[in-house]
Amino acid sequence: MSAVPLARQHPVRAMVDFYVTAMRTQVQTQFQYRAAAYMYLVGMVAEPVIYLVVWTTIAKQQGGEVQGITVGQFAAYYIVWTLVRNMNIVFTPYGWEWRIREGQFSAALLRPLHPIHYDIAEFAGGKLIWVVLYLPIAAGLTLIFDPDLSVTPLEVCVFFVAIWGAYLIRTMLLWLLGMVTFWTTRGSAIFETYIMAELLLSGRLVPLKLMPEWTQSVADFLPFQWAFYFPIQTLVGDLPAGELLGGLGMQVLWIAVGSFLVWICFRASVSKYSAVGN
Amino acid sequence: MRPVRVAWTFLRLGAINELQYRLNFFVAAFQSLLAVAVALVVLRLVYSHTTELNGWSEPELMCVLGIQILLGGVIRAAIQPNMERIVDEVRDGKLDHALTKPEDSQLLVSVREFRIWRTVDVISGGAVLGVGLARLEASVGAGEALSFAGLLLVGGVLIYCFWLVLATGAFWIVHMWFLAELFEGVYATGRWPIGIYPGWLRYSLTWLIPIGFAITVPAEAVTSRLEWTTPLLALAFAAALFLVTRWFWRFGLRRYSGASA
Repeated sequence: MSAVPLARQHPVRAMVDFYVTAMRTQVQTQFQYRAAAYMYLVGMVAEPVIYLVVWTTIAKQQGGEVQGITVGQFAAYYIVWTLVRNMNIVFTPYGWEWRIREGQFSAALLRPLHPIHYDIAEFAGGKLIWVVLYLPIAAGLTLIFDPDLSVTPLEVCVFFVAIWGAYLIRTMLLWLLGMVTFWTTRGSAIFETYIMAELLLSGRLVPLKLMPEWTQSVADFLPFQWAFYFPIQTLVGDLPAGELLGGLGMQVLWIAVGSFLVWICFRASVSKYSAVGN
Repeated sequence: MRPVRVAWTFLRLGAINELQYRLNFFVAAFQSLLAVAVALVVLRLVYSHTTELNGWSEPELMCVLGIQILLGGVIRAAIQPNMERIVDEVRDGKLDHALTKPEDSQLLVSVREFRIWRTVDVISGGAVLGVGLARLEASVGAGEALSFAGLLLVGGVLIYCFWLVLATGAFWIVHMWFLAELFEGVYATGRWPIGIYPGWLRYSLTWLIPIGFAITVPAEAVTSRLEWTTPLLALAFAAALFLVTRWFWRFGLRRYSGASA
């Protein structure tokens, strides 16, 4: 008696199955190490709290606002910032360095799907737990810093889509950066340059409105703000519907550009691959 | 003198080892310059919107920044690599190699690693501090310079103790991949004088995580803000924390059983 071949699934359905399973596995893994995830979150929350305290101090000294942004609005900006940051943490170039050096990538290359799907699915699963763990911290920050935030249902909907857009944009960007490690195991200088550029041009450091005008003009031509400033602004910026939808359009554009570049660069990079270890 | 000799031997070994990879010096120097440049841009940005931050002028905050970068260099060169190695070795069961040697275990685990290239931050931090001091209106006297040096040393001891307490946690929590991120996040608070933080955070950053004592207090010494009781308090706190850390290390060690050795 011969074995019955497995029924061939529709490719889309197979992909959905893969994503759901990979995300579910990650949810369970992350939940197991929730104490570690919490400690990581505490370290991460330090960054926005510092910015918030500095700008709140300045605002209070200036009579309650800096360039039209009030103390309560700063608080809203940085509390939403933290949620967006939670969402746009992705597999880092340092992780790439490790997986190339240790030969971990060999197994990933043997699998039937493009390796980026594994990263996207696993981190997306982790997000679900991280966001749940972040909620009590957000409640604490809200009690302490008293944010000034009023949102409409449309803003909430756009925000929900925009944080996933931010996640995908940053995944593409850091994948492109990570692929540098196919050529060199000392990419850290390049990574740091990227992080610094992102810090200044994305709204991560301060609302872009507070940066010099020429910096804002430069930022308009770069993808960084669509992974930080725009998702935050969807909730705190009181943007008109046109701008909200236009922003989502820009995110789609940058995801498409990023995906195309990842596709091209991956084909070129993978031929360079030789694991240093293993 | 024996502990000093042991530490010196490891320091030389670490330096010789790293000196083989000279390209890493340029990478470290580039990263350090980049970090300083961005920190100065942030400082300029803040002072383009105000003339003083909670009573601190721009040159004074440059001093705080310089001290934070300088001490960060010491931490990344000599403290953090050792502490991360403890965590890794507890997990892998390799700590036996240190414990079976005829030397005090705390001393050994604290001096085994030294990353000489990361000391470029000490130089760049020193330069930022120098520029900040030069721009101060008041000059720094010999007494202030001396108390600054002493307080910086006390700050180093406090940070070492804090890191060792964290690393000792590995005897209970094996999965400690978050330590470096947690420390980096908390250490970044030292870039600003702790007086700007709300009360609960200020107290935490003084007594729970001794960033205030390690960075703001030495900065107070060079900006003529130091009260005479503060150095005494810092010294007493460092001595007490050192004793507690030593006890905690030995207490944690009792839980250790080599996992794979």
